Amino acid sequence: MNKTLLTLAVLGMLTGAASAQAPNFDDPAEFAKQRDQLTATFNGPADQVYLQYAGDSMADTAQYKKDGPWTVCFSNAGVNNPWRVVGYTNMTEEVKLHPEIGTFTHVDAEGSDDKQIADIDDLLAGGDCDVLIVSPNSTAALTPAVEKACAAGLPVIVFDRGVTTDCPVTFVHPVGGYGFGIQAAEHIIANVPAGGKVLMLRILPGVDVLETRASGARNMFTEAGLDILGEEFTDGDNAKTKSIVEDYLQRGGIDAVWMDAGATAVAAVEAFEDQGMDVPVVTGEDQQDYLQKWRDLGFKGIAPTYPTYQWRTAIIAAVNTLKGEPVPSPEWVLPQPAITQDVLDQYINEKMPPLHYAMCGCEDMPSYPEAWGGSK
Amino acid sequence: MTEISQNRAPRRFRFERHASTLLLLAAIALYVILLLALGQVRFLTLDNLVAILGRSITLGITAIGQTFAILVASIDLSVASVISAAAVVTSVMMNGDPAMMVPAIAAVLALGAAIGLVNGLVITKLEVNPLIATLGMSLIIQGVLSYYYNNFAGNVPVEFQIFAYGAWGIVPYSLLFMFALAGLAWFVLRFTRFGSDIYSVGGNKDAARLAGIKTARVVIGAHVICSLCAAIAGIYLASRLRSGAPWIGAEGVYDLESIAVVVIGGTVLAGGRGGIWGTMAGVIIFSLIDSIFNVAGVDAFVKQVLRGIIIVAAVAFYAARSQRPVA
Amino acid sequence: MTEQSLSRPETRKRRLPQINPVYVLVVALILAIIVMNPAFGEPTGYMNFLKRVAALAILSAGALYVIVSGGFDLSVGSIMTLTVIGSSMLASNDPNSTYWIIPLMLGIGLVIGLVNGLVVSYLKVPSLIATLGMMITLNGVAFMWSGGAPRGYLPDTFRFFGRYNITDVPLIGILPIAVICLVVFGATLWWGMHRTNFGRMLHAAGDNPQAARLAGVPVQRVRISAFVVSALTAVLAGIILGGRAGVSVNIGSGFELQAITAAVIGGAQLLGGRGSVPAAIAGALALEAIFTLLNLLGLAQPVRLVVQGLILIGAVAFATYQRKRAGR
Repeated sequence: MNKTLLTLAVLGMLTGAASAQAPNFDDPAEFAKQRDQLTATFNGPADQVYLQYAGDSMADTAQYKKDGPWTVCFSNAGVNNPWRVVGYTNMTEEVKLHPEIGTFTHVDAEGSDDKQIADIDDLLAGGDCDVLIVSPNSTAALTPAVEKACAAGLPVIVFDRGVTTDCPVTFVHPVGGYGFGIQAAEHIIANVPAGGKVLMLRILPGVDVLETRASGARNMFTEAGLDILGEEFTDGDNAKTKSIVEDYLQRGGIDAVWMDAGATAVAAVEAFEDQGMDVPVVTGEDQQDYLQKWRDLGFKGIAPTYPTYQWRTAIIAAVNTLKGEPVPSPEWVLPQPAITQDVLDQYINEKMPPLHYAMCGCEDMPSYPEAWGGSK
Repeated sequence: MTEISQNRAPRRFRFERHASTLLLLAAIALYVILLLALGQVRFLTLDNLVAILGRSITLGITAIGQTFAILVASIDLSVASVISAAAVVTSVMMNGDPAMMVPAIAAVLALGAAIGLVNGLVITKLEVNPLIATLGMSLIIQGVLSYYYNNFAGNVPVEFQIFAYGAWGIVPYSLLFMFALAGLAWFVLRFTRFGSDIYSVGGNKDAARLAGIKTARVVIGAHVICSLCAAIAGIYLASRLRSGAPWIGAEGVYDLESIAVVVIGGTVLAGGRGGIWGTMAGVIIFSLIDSIFNVAGVDAFVKQVLRGIIIVAAVAFYAARSQRPVA
Repeated sequence: MTEQSLSRPETRKRRLPQINPVYVLVVALILAIIVMNPAFGEPTGYMNFLKRVAALAILSAGALYVIVSGGFDLSVGSIMTLTVIGSSMLASNDPNSTYWIIPLMLGIGLVIGLVNGLVVSYLKVPSLIATLGMMITLNGVAFMWSGGAPRGYLPDTFRFFGRYNITDVPLIGILPIAVICLVVFGATLWWGMHRTNFGRMLHAAGDNPQAARLAGVPVQRVRISAFVVSALTAVLAGIILGGRAGVSVNIGSGFELQAITAAVIGGAQLLGGRGSVPAAIAGALALEAIFTLLNLLGLAQPVRLVVQGLILIGAVAFATYQRKRAGR
């Protein structure tokens, strides 16, 4: 039995997508598709954004139908940044809403591919999982492990970053990195005259969902005739972000700061503030500290989002699968709204922690806001 | 030389050899008790045993090399970068072509040996503290690597993935490979001239020099072995991840973790005492801890706190009896 | 050991006006930066630079105490993180809380330093491992305390030390509070290391513990104190860095190695016995100046890593070479 399983797994691997494609972060087709999806109408209930989906292709999950209580297993890349912390809270609270889930097994790979592959092995060897949810640490590396889980007959749900196989039931994700880059870039282009100087601040190279944000924005800036002063990596570090902006300021003016993620946006804003300068256009993300700074200082901000509600959707997809109900597939594309000036006040909540991501789709949950570290 | 180490042997060696076994047994006992207590007997299977042993192949291979460096009273902080470099070179050179498997492996091993040689030379000839020398080397390798690559690059052919995913029955080849490598290392340390020289140099460099041992060569040799092992670990990781990226070594914290498992396995940081099987016990203890945490559903942050305490406690378990002051 | 005791007479020679090369390095780097970017030569330029480097400089001076005593302290970065996260958790936006939070954090630092020192001295765990374990543990504690993401802001009274400038100062225009902190703490650490009996015992204990013990130096207590000093300066550095940058969960990561690097560039000898506080501070300035210069040259992060690595090895190799030449 074990032997056959492993042979199956190896066979599956041999016949499966043999080559991890060279990553391409500048794909015009994908860029255009995401640009359209940003403004598309989504199916599903209007007041529950985490249930909405693009397109109408569904997977039949009758073969996975099972009586509860279920064991839901989750292999997590890590909870090593605030975005993932908020997302994981969404997830655990969503689990509580489904009494059919008897056991929720969470294993945390602490940001290592090697460890995540071992974690999935562990879950397959003794986890007694009815469904496996995977948030891959990186795309190509986790593909064999996901294929192995599929080969073991387990329904698999992937979300956030993807894998290069279509064996999972579905891949849950919002519109995507290009979309994020486009939203921030459009705002800058609309508010900075042609020839204006843009500083692009990025966290780190190599993560697909971040690379596409940068390439999407870069293309649009070039097209609009803006001058990209530089692309710098901040490692997500506030002090470093501040130093970088100060260095650029010492050498000349900045008309806009584009950021691929918002955690360090406030540090960039403070660099201007501390020099006694007016804050130009600085893009961010949906964390409270940035939204509040934007309101208080009144600069021209925008908060594209990479919504954390996808962590809820992953659980919902798993539950629907085990109930044998249809699930949007092969991809469950969620809406990805940006927070703009006119809706800013709606999203500000001073009772939430500074790095709470406002676009969490979690306000309707019974434990909100305490479970997210907020107060009523 | 052998005579001297035998003279010293009776008291200390005995305790240390038993100590790593004791720790291993304690970890196993804890694991079994926990499973029984939680009613999770489904984990008590051969499959799961293999899964646990197979968790830490990369760490295990790296730690075998690190044992050599530490035995000779040195240390190697560059292993994580070497792993990344080896994985990237493997995957870029193979680039899906099975015919390139042998040349790629040869090139990576040569690269590993060259890095070890430079480490050894900087430490022995320029007399740079090994911690600084290998930290500097690590930064240099990391810089060069990320200058050329900023993502997963290339890919290994399907045939090569057998190294990480193939199995003999239920036992993965990679697990057999790791134990074979450990056996080889044990043989070298126990039965060769070079092995006994390593213990002598690590125990007391000046005495070893007076006894006619070319200490610089021994230190360089240990570093070459250490970097070679890291390179092999990188090759394995490329096979496992199907490709290499410049951050995978740092991401696994293989530098600090390999040092931690070596000292948990009873090899003394000051050099000269310890051995490979202790290191293997250390690796298995780490895998068990990981599995215990997974089974018990320990929160990732609590896990980290406990892991830090366990490292210190395990080393204190050996060291507290020692009368010597430590650095 | 033998080599160090052989070079003993050199300590007396040190009184001769032999300039530590780190000072030459700093001056050269600063001049190069000014040539490339004249704005740096103006007060706002170099004051911002000093403000930026203050946390690392104070940290290196504290880390030097442990290095001189013959050990390593890898836990300082995690202490900085814990300080920032802990303060933001406790402050809950109350500006008056700063007055009790800072003493409390120093108290926590004191305990951490004591634990480090006791584990090294009495449990005989090598400091590399003891403080590595402490680093992993404290990072975990900081995460546990905050639940993985910052849950509060640092009030402006707390951020005062790292963020605010006194303006309209004659001659120099602006004077950041962080620079005042750097001068005050730097001078205190200099005094402790080079002008007190404790400093002399520290050097003795690191140079040759056996000999020091025979000479009546309470080696264990001296080394424990070194860890305490290091932990306390890490708290101060954390307060300044948190003030400068605000809250984030990994704010201190990497600082442990940077502090050791800075001390080593300043000529400190690993495994004990030698080191100078002003030189360690200069080492920190040099390190930051190198990064600024590479940045001005438009060299990307990878090149910075390579240069940092080469300088690290080069500095130590050069120091060894000098010592050998002087000693023989």
